[in-house]
Amino acid sequence: MTAPLPPREPSDPLAPMRAALAPQHARSRAAVGLAAMAARGRFALQVCAECAAVQYPPRDLCHRCLAADLPWRDIQDGGTVLAATTTRISGDPYFRQHTPWRSGLVQLDAGPTCVAHLHRDVGTGARARMRLHLDKSGQGVMLALPAKDTPNMDADPQLREFTADPRGRRILVTDGRSAFGRAIAQSMLDAGAGGVFTGIAEQWKPFTPPPGAVIDLDLTDTGSVHRMSAEFGGRIDIVIDTTLHIRPGGLLERGTTIDAREEMERVYFGPLRLAQCLGPALRARAGDGTHAACAWVSLISIAGLVPQDGYRLNAAAHAAAVSLTHTLRAELRPLKILAALVGPLDDAWHQHVPPPKVTPASLAAAVLRGLKSGLEDITVGDIAQDVMDRWTDHPAITLRHTA
Amino acid sequence: MTRRISYEGVVAVLPTTIPYTRYSIQTAQWWIGSALRELAKSAGLQPREIDGLCVSSFTLGADTAVGLTQHLGLSPRWLDHIPMGGACGIVALRRAARAVQAGDADIVACLAGDTNGPDSFRSLVSGFSRFAADATYPYGAAGPNGSFALLTDAYMRSYGATREDFGRICVAQRANALRNPQALMKRPLTLEDYMAARMISDPVALFDCVMPCAGADAFLVMREEAARAMGLRGVRILSTIERHNGFPDDPVQLRGGWAMDVPDLYAMAGLTPGTIDVVETYDDYPVIVMMQFEDLGFCGKGEGPDFVRSHDLTIGGDFPHNTGGGQLSVGQAGAAGGYLGLVEAMRQLTNTAGGTQVAGARTALVSGFGMINYDRGLCSSAAILAAA
Repeated sequence: MTAPLPPREPSDPLAPMRAALAPQHARSRAAVGLAAMAARGRFALQVCAECAAVQYPPRDLCHRCLAADLPWRDIQDGGTVLAATTTRISGDPYFRQHTPWRSGLVQLDAGPTCVAHLHRDVGTGARARMRLHLDKSGQGVMLALPAKDTPNMDADPQLREFTADPRGRRILVTDGRSAFGRAIAQSMLDAGAGGVFTGIAEQWKPFTPPPGAVIDLDLTDTGSVHRMSAEFGGRIDIVIDTTLHIRPGGLLERGTTIDAREEMERVYFGPLRLAQCLGPALRARAGDGTHAACAWVSLISIAGLVPQDGYRLNAAAHAAAVSLTHTLRAELRPLKILAALVGPLDDAWHQHVPPPKVTPASLAAAVLRGLKSGLEDITVGDIAQDVMDRWTDHPAITLRHTA
Repeated sequence: MTRRISYEGVVAVLPTTIPYTRYSIQTAQWWIGSALRELAKSAGLQPREIDGLCVSSFTLGADTAVGLTQHLGLSPRWLDHIPMGGACGIVALRRAARAVQAGDADIVACLAGDTNGPDSFRSLVSGFSRFAADATYPYGAAGPNGSFALLTDAYMRSYGATREDFGRICVAQRANALRNPQALMKRPLTLEDYMAARMISDPVALFDCVMPCAGADAFLVMREEAARAMGLRGVRILSTIERHNGFPDDPVQLRGGWAMDVPDLYAMAGLTPGTIDVVETYDDYPVIVMMQFEDLGFCGKGEGPDFVRSHDLTIGGDFPHNTGGGQLSVGQAGAAGGYLGLVEAMRQLTNTAGGTQVAGARTALVSGFGMINYDRGLCSSAAILAAA
């Protein structure tokens, strides 16, 4: 039985902060597939296209028939724990911070035996639900959860290493002017966040008061980002960039580059500025106790992947934002970098676009789900999912099909 | 199976150990080279007269046996490098014996050695194999302690073994080690001490784990008449087996590859388990010792716990086992751990074991086990030796 999550302990100003460490990151190319699956919340392994044998650990050739075609396929997530251990002494600095650490051997219903992290409520002989999660190094790892939910199971200290549950954590919502920013701020409070700082730029302009503590923040203004980081940087555990600046227009509608510059400023330079200013503090606190800094969320138009009709010139800024998430992943570990690719919004800038569209409530729910599940790649809305499915199937065809 | 040719006419001679140390500032090249120097000196040979070389080591860096030939000034016409950890000694012996039998080499030096610095073990374990880096090390970085904890847990649940059963193995080996001046462990160990030790990775506790150290072990393989001419006492090889990735479909390792080949082992030697005088198993963890008792036919599957309860495993006991103290009490000098039981058995059969000598030992069984590539040890080997 898992004990409820204790409240955040006041930090001891005399004690050195617990370092932001991560488990070993090095993997074979095949094994990085586990991270790609975990980022999307899929429980998928390589399955031989010729003989259907499920492979684990990831391989380059099938262990049964030596075929080289091993596509990643979703498989049954059930398993049985064959053996368990609690490691008390480890040679690795990250695990030394986290001992005792539980792991086990799990025989998957799909065949292979996996070494897996064990939730505290799973013991030897038990049935387990298997998940692929991203660990603090950003690599995909096996986790065995109890077959049925148990009380407070989200508070398991090992599970919390793989998730970014807002409960008890303090959240920065960069822009509270839109209904989307306000809905996200509210959903974080509803999820038990320890506090929400909601940014409003140019407060002399009228705005609907957003949930959380309103702070002055304009991501297009370096001075504003510096002032905010200096004042609040040591207290922020999750950043959610809600800029989501999506505007219509193609070559024929726009006679100048003025709008494109503005989009780049808001969608790319804004979060870049924030990452340069706040990133180091956020990353430094990524090992700081039970409520360590843990995540950065970027809300990006699906146009960043495949330009969308009617919004073509806007896509470049979002493509740049997608690129930035890769940089953040490379440089801000052990933070989790959640990229939410969003379909057409249900707002005034999408009046000509037929449904389905993304509402503030559905976006907020998707972000919360992504954080609680520890995901890094999510789509929001049916359109975004459809584009992602097509792009995953064949990027070149997808780009030409929409051109 | 094709009838196998015997190893008749070939002997292994000069079991040689460079005394182990907990840590060393020397390199693996130094340890292995020192063992070669010792072998040549004892045999009265110039190093260049050794025309076959077989090496096992984890800490040679970018070097293999190839680089060592130049480093050590040898020009062998037969060369092997065996990366099989705890199975390497027996595999070296059987390959060298065939090379000598076939005339591909006249004198083969078999060498295993490793150095050990304060961070050597962690660095070895963190990149031990592709599968280990992909799918074992990220799960607590417990190294072999974690892997064997899982195998021990599964074995205990399957066959009712208790920690005391494993403790009996460790305690008997420590008693043996106290008679071996080379053993790094010098303090007596009681079952109470064993049970009271701190847990490392449950159910593996402190005295279930070997201590990594630096050291080297070696021997020569040559024709029997050559050994006689040089005045060297050798041991004969009655039979050997080797297996890799045995029983790959077992979901968890409750038996090793020996179980696939054990009928061949005794048939080739013309012996039965009851006629073996001394047994040297691979003992990186006691659970593997118990599996070897079963898989090598000293008792049935799952009877290991009963076997250790009803036998005395010390030098003077009814089942002399790991007579030098084994790795658990001598130390684990990397790949040399795969030679430790073999050189001890050679000493027993040539009546040169000193304080650990089993009176009248004429036959010995040595077994090896190595390479937790992912969730289980992949290499198994065994040999039955006899006094020449």
